[in-house]
Amino acid sequence: MKLNQISVFLEDKKGRLFEVCSVLGEGGINIRALTIAESRGYGVARMVVDKPDAAMDVLKGKGFVAEKTEIVAVQVADRPGGLASILKILYEKDVNVEYMYGFVEKFSDKALMVFRFENPDEGLAVLSENGVKVLGTKDIVNL
Amino acid sequence: MDEIRYWNKERETMDRDARRALQLELLRQTVGSALKTQFYRRRLEKAGIHSLDDVRSLDDLKRVPFTTKDDLRENYPRGLLAADPTEVVRIHTSSGTTGTPTVIYHTQEDLNSWTELVARSIVATGAGPGDVFQNMMTYGMFTGGLGLHYGAERVGLTVIPVGGGNTKRQIQLMKDFRTTVLHVTPSYCLHVHTKLDEAGVTRGELALRKAYMGAEPHSENTRLKVEELYGIDVYNSYGLSEMNGPGVAFECVYKNGMHAWEDAYVLEIIDPATGENLGDEQEGEVVFTTLQRKATPLLRYRTRDLASVFGGECPCGRTCRRLSRITGRSDDMLIVGGVNVFPSQIEEVVMRIPEVGTNYQIRLTKEGSLDRLTVQVEIYSKMFSGNVRQLDALRNRIKEELKASIIINPAVELHEPGSLPVYEGKAKRVVDERPKL
Repeated sequence: MKLNQISVFLEDKKGRLFEVCSVLGEGGINIRALTIAESRGYGVARMVVDKPDAAMDVLKGKGFVAEKTEIVAVQVADRPGGLASILKILYEKDVNVEYMYGFVEKFSDKALMVFRFENPDEGLAVLSENGVKVLGTKDIVNL
Repeated sequence: MDEIRYWNKERETMDRDARRALQLELLRQTVGSALKTQFYRRRLEKAGIHSLDDVRSLDDLKRVPFTTKDDLRENYPRGLLAADPTEVVRIHTSSGTTGTPTVIYHTQEDLNSWTELVARSIVATGAGPGDVFQNMMTYGMFTGGLGLHYGAERVGLTVIPVGGGNTKRQIQLMKDFRTTVLHVTPSYCLHVHTKLDEAGVTRGELALRKAYMGAEPHSENTRLKVEELYGIDVYNSYGLSEMNGPGVAFECVYKNGMHAWEDAYVLEIIDPATGENLGDEQEGEVVFTTLQRKATPLLRYRTRDLASVFGGECPCGRTCRRLSRITGRSDDMLIVGGVNVFPSQIEEVVMRIPEVGTNYQIRLTKEGSLDRLTVQVEIYSKMFSGNVRQLDALRNRIKEELKASIIINPAVELHEPGSLPVYEGKAKRVVDERPKL
């Protein structure tokens, strides 16, 4: 299934990411994966959290500019060539990846990756058809 | 010091009474031209002036209401054209604050008169044939470039019409052609100096002896700094496109205030709040009436520039009153790298972009000796999609649209809603952190 990533606009100001994380922490929200896309003078923090709707509420309540984005989280064999084997499937099926990043935690011997596809439904379908384990909401909550 | 020479000795040294008589004669002609436009006919008739015969003394001018930049805008494009369109040989427009530009038309005679004023300004500084004149002001609609260009050619200087920017090339030209006189904004002049070392050019390889600095108000300290850095004489230059451009007032070799060419302009200083005329040496807003322009005569045009005027003898023998340095503006116009920018122009662009929220701020800073304009906008949260590329595209779009409107290239910063200062009542949109020039 597709998951919701939380994207937060961050202006280039000291402590701004700290504030995002504090607000989420106070709201009892756990960050499972995090990456920052930066540009000149601002950035966007992208997060996979255990409770995306609650996260949106607390962030907006504190005046942050936040948005939900559909992503797909997958298990990747934690060995040389593990990620390559998944990218090969996507490449062969012509699925465009906008960006990707890794999880903080991992399942046993598997690493976890987040994919943002140009077309999330297509990406999800291709991965599922090729036997790649895609994470659901429960998996994220139970990490 | 260079010897004192004149370009038009009769006009430059005429005694006060003779000049006043000449001004009255030219004012009558100007009123005659102005009456050909509907705008001025209405205004003048209301003031009891139905023909040029109703102007009997210079004091009659004070019955005429002021002309403002808004008047020029409202009468764009042809409302203030007083000459037959077939007589017009040049048009200069400048961008307006709300997208409506202003226009000044020139007949051949008008251009000739402008060129003569610039020619006498150049000669007053001691320059002449044999000098190599590098014109580093922008050409085109901006009157700074073309105005000095024709005057310098008329005097017989060798003109290098390089225009603004491209510092490496400027330095190369200075060196290769033994440039002696520069026409430049003070900030660019300082900037070029910082690049001499980089270009591997020593002062000894340059033949510079003078610079005309204009388009940006600057202080005596900036003059001294440029004079010391380059080892040259620097002369202050004043003009505005509504009064042709440069050549309205210029310093002579004594560098003690700018001789205002009062046979071409009636010069008044007013209290910007009340419109009352102020006496010599009192600071107020500068108001000009054209005396030698057929195509676009302007009566009592409010420049919004603040300065004072003083009489007294100048050792050079010129008898016109002199204009002090411009100390500021009576409106909110900003001068950024020699370009005039109104905050409302920026607001107009920023507010028509839906991704931008309601708050924005304009910051002016210095990068080395060059002005930097940064527009900070708050993004509108509902338009945020989480996509960095979209934000970059938004920033570029704001930048491009601003550049098209205000000519100069701004930096654009995106901020979170609520992060820029909020003001109760009148917002302070402009933060000018530039040290005073």
